[in-house]
Amino acid sequence: MKKVVKNADEAIADIRSGTTLMLGGFGLCGIPENAIEALTRADVKELTCISNNAGVDDFGIGLLLQQKKVRKMIASYVGENAEFERQLLSGELEVELIPQGTLATRCMAAGYGMPAVFTPAGVGTEVAQGKEVRRFGDKDYLLEYAFEADFALVKAWKGDTAGNLVFHATARNFNPLMAMAGRVTIAEVEELVPAGQLNPDEIHTPGIYVHRIFQGVNYEKRIEQRTVRAKA
Amino acid sequence: MALTKEQIARRIARELQDGYYVNLGIGIPTLVANYIPEGIEVVLQSENGLLGMGPFPLEGEEDPDLINAGKQTITTLPGSVFFDSALSFGMIRAGKVDLTVLGAMEVSDQGDIANWKIPGKMVKGMRGAMDLVASARNIIVAMMHTNPKGESKLLPACTLPLTGIRCVKKIVTELAVLDITPEGFLLLERAPGVSVEDIRSRTAGRLVVKGEVPEMVV
Repeated sequence: MKKVVKNADEAIADIRSGTTLMLGGFGLCGIPENAIEALTRADVKELTCISNNAGVDDFGIGLLLQQKKVRKMIASYVGENAEFERQLLSGELEVELIPQGTLATRCMAAGYGMPAVFTPAGVGTEVAQGKEVRRFGDKDYLLEYAFEADFALVKAWKGDTAGNLVFHATARNFNPLMAMAGRVTIAEVEELVPAGQLNPDEIHTPGIYVHRIFQGVNYEKRIEQRTVRAKA
Repeated sequence: MALTKEQIARRIARELQDGYYVNLGIGIPTLVANYIPEGIEVVLQSENGLLGMGPFPLEGEEDPDLINAGKQTITTLPGSVFFDSALSFGMIRAGKVDLTVLGAMEVSDQGDIANWKIPGKMVKGMRGAMDLVASARNIIVAMMHTNPKGESKLLPACTLPLTGIRCVKKIVTELAVLDITPEGFLLLERAPGVSVEDIRSRTAGRLVVKGEVPEMVV
């Protein structure tokens, strides 16, 4: 079993134009920086990206938008990105906005082998348009389908050669869910260790869900809203 | 006199009870954390994956991996726990979060809320708002009574795209505290010096006034 690859370029080498990708992260927190950068160098376009956000103009998925590599974006929030707005208004880019919990749960369903889930989020709103509504008890729920993604690109804090992953703080967010949901899951980690060095009790994502793993480099970890308090 | 944003937050904080798990939205709701009453312990949930949200970090102690749902750097507290986004919305959907406080552009007198989209102007996304309003057991809206044009935000029916239906329980504005009841907006408290007529003139939806309406204690 060989899951370890040399770097991001090798890991994403078979991603083709027209592919559906999942990208972990919330805002710029916990995004697969190396894989995104490698995609900017790769000859791919017409991507469908499933990610909570679309990055900012010059970082994260924003880098792919700049190069017009994204055809469709599925996200819960796409503010903070002027280029995104421009492409959306001009019709170059298709966007599907969905509730954040629905996004997470559709990933989860894929990773758990369930074709669909019911959620009350969006009942009575435009999100419900065209969707099956089912009443359980005295409440209505929408039928939401599990995502199907060719690749999931995730970022973890630590990982081992068996593909097991551990996340740090709120950089966990969508990463473990997307790791479970991709047909091929590519994980980049800040620290890659030999199998046996991670405590089995403390692993967040079992390696069975991870197909390729590599030691990431040069993490920028940009902060969107640096907020501090004064010393008392 | 109309309340300041801080006073709105302070009034909402009085609704907190010991042991509550609370989700605070962006804007005025975030300020509620500054006014948690003495002797009451609440746990703040941040839907990007944290229970036990602490204050902003000291300068130099920011961790880019530790942010809240508004993407601000934050800290943890003793007892804090991290989790993924599905678990985060799982606990919200399962009704484990006792109170959700969020802002709104419009609220109807049936408790419908619109707070995510202005067609043609602001189309950025709903984030977790639709999940929260569809599942929270208790929702308080913190907002101004009127929009910048002076038009009422308390309406017979929302005109903007909805975030959720029949879900808001209480509204605190700079002028009043109101409950959503089957008869409409029930006026519970007035801001100091604000008359029932002032409030009525700025409330487009059905307003219910029963007996003497006390002034808020601020």
